[in-house]
Amino acid sequence: MKRGQFLESTVVGFARALSRALMSEEIAHQPGLLQSLDPRVRVIGLFALVLAVTLSRKLAVVLVLFLAAVMIAAFSKVSIGTLAKRVWLVVLAFTGVIALPAIFITPGNPIAIFAGGSLRITAQGVTTAVLLLARVETAVTFTTLLILCTPWAHVLKALRSFRLPQEAIAMLAMTHRYIFLLIETAGQMLESRQSRTVGRLPGREQRRMTARTAGVLLSKSIDLSNDVYLAMQSRGFRREVRILSDFRMRSWDYVGLLAFLCAGSIAVWMGR
Amino acid sequence: MHIPDGYLSPATCATLYAGAFAGWYVALKSVKRVLLSRVVPLISVFAAFAFVVMMFNLPLPGGTTGHALGVTIAAIVLGPSGAILAISIALSIQALFFGDGGISTLGANCFNMAIVGSLVAYGSYRLIAAGSSIASKRRIAAAAIAGYLAANAAALVAAIEFGIQPVLFHDAAGTPLYAPYALRVALPAMLIGHLTFAGLAEAVISAGLVAYLQAADPTLLQSTSGIPEADVTATVGAAARSPRRLWVAVALLMLLTPLGILAAGKAWGEWSPSELAGAGSPSQIAAAAVTPTAITPAGMQRLANLWTAPFPAYAPAFVKSAAFGYLLSAIFGVGFLLSLSLLAQRYLERRRATRYSA
Repeated sequence: MKRGQFLESTVVGFARALSRALMSEEIAHQPGLLQSLDPRVRVIGLFALVLAVTLSRKLAVVLVLFLAAVMIAAFSKVSIGTLAKRVWLVVLAFTGVIALPAIFITPGNPIAIFAGGSLRITAQGVTTAVLLLARVETAVTFTTLLILCTPWAHVLKALRSFRLPQEAIAMLAMTHRYIFLLIETAGQMLESRQSRTVGRLPGREQRRMTARTAGVLLSKSIDLSNDVYLAMQSRGFRREVRILSDFRMRSWDYVGLLAFLCAGSIAVWMGR
Repeated sequence: MHIPDGYLSPATCATLYAGAFAGWYVALKSVKRVLLSRVVPLISVFAAFAFVVMMFNLPLPGGTTGHALGVTIAAIVLGPSGAILAISIALSIQALFFGDGGISTLGANCFNMAIVGSLVAYGSYRLIAAGSSIASKRRIAAAAIAGYLAANAAALVAAIEFGIQPVLFHDAAGTPLYAPYALRVALPAMLIGHLTFAGLAEAVISAGLVAYLQAADPTLLQSTSGIPEADVTATVGAAARSPRRLWVAVALLMLLTPLGILAAGKAWGEWSPSELAGAGSPSQIAAAAVTPTAITPAGMQRLANLWTAPFPAYAPAFVKSAAFGYLLSAIFGVGFLLSLSLLAQRYLERRRATRYSA
């Protein structure tokens, strides 16, 4: 590996994560179909559709759900280009590679024979590979729509209203906040090291350097947790996590919830 | 290893959610025994740290790179309960905020990596490092092995989950409805990647972090070391004091150097030509000589005056007291060796820096 290449790829990964988070916040605050619904409805509705996709055994039903996801995205001001780049191509590359050999090695009725019979494509193989790919594409699209159209704070409030333990919600909120701080800190450490690296580093030195950076980050994290603890103490934390929940269901939200649940139920029934 | 939605059947997802809930319940109950206000920020910030560590592109032997899970260092520093919660939180944020790993499969991912990974990492680390001191190199090896085993155990469980899908969930024509590969394909496919890359990445980062903590912050290794806190503090304190103790020992030895003048006779083999000629200790010389003769060898006679020591007989010419001369020689000798050592160290550091900046 060339000098600093591993540093660059890590720093690029950090920058990508930050930019994706920023993009989510921007889209979440635009006016659109999903954005107009109560966050609890979005969470329940999109989870229900993910479940419906997972339960459906028929390719046609999964494809209809995929079309529904594209329409929801269009009405929610989520560009198809964003979905294609962020979800569809990534899933195609990852799941496609995994699914491809299934076409050849799944036992079943042969539909094409190559190399004198040693290589054959089976109907069952094609069906399972396409079904897997379609199902993953559709489910990940629904999940991404939830992420893109709902600010993280609203997701947490929605989860809290589903009676998840307060401690878990508090930890999710705190972790999310400090992820960005630590990403920035780690990025700065790696960038400063990268700027001082001119020669080619031996592999052992690269590993040592990465471990040291991670070690310093760990020490800083522990110090940070102490500071947070002291801040909580100074503000009179009494072992209770209170999250303001100012969500109010309107008639439009009930319509949305009903639509999601009906669509999910019909998909499950049709795809059984 | 982050299983996306669609790979596992709803029944498998539900079962693994149940397993994950059980693990979370026990872990949460366990950490609640400790002061909750202390645990919440610690686990949260550690989860954030694990999340960031998972993003590190780690150089591996062979020139490739890999990503670690961060589960082993979490288990070593926080213990199994804290690690289960911290890694589960990190995985939840990956799924719910970054879309990495599915929502229906979040229970499976947490079960595999957070629960199985943490328990295997913690158990193997404790087993291998048992009885060793905090600063022991065995702990570094234990962290590496624990990391390797944890990553592979999580991969093994995930492979089993994949491998049972076509057997349990297929249609009437035999078409697999979820992950299409049976165990005989899923197991080697998952494990080859993890035995070679992911396991190695986890081993490297865990060992590196334990080595770093041993040097920089050994108290963080205390909670899972099985060593009482007082002993760790004592060890750390002793380690911090050790250079001072060394200096005291060197000073004491220097002060004791005049004891040499009490010794009778001559140090064996340190004879001068005049001593060989008969003024020294004849019995010793006679015993050492190849030929029993008191004649000074010609070569020795010729080379004897090649170099004159600055402090002949351990005392400069102007010092009249033999004891003070010994002491002065000791101070000079120690100072000279320290200067040489510092110069050599500076030269090596400069050479190393030049090599990396070239």
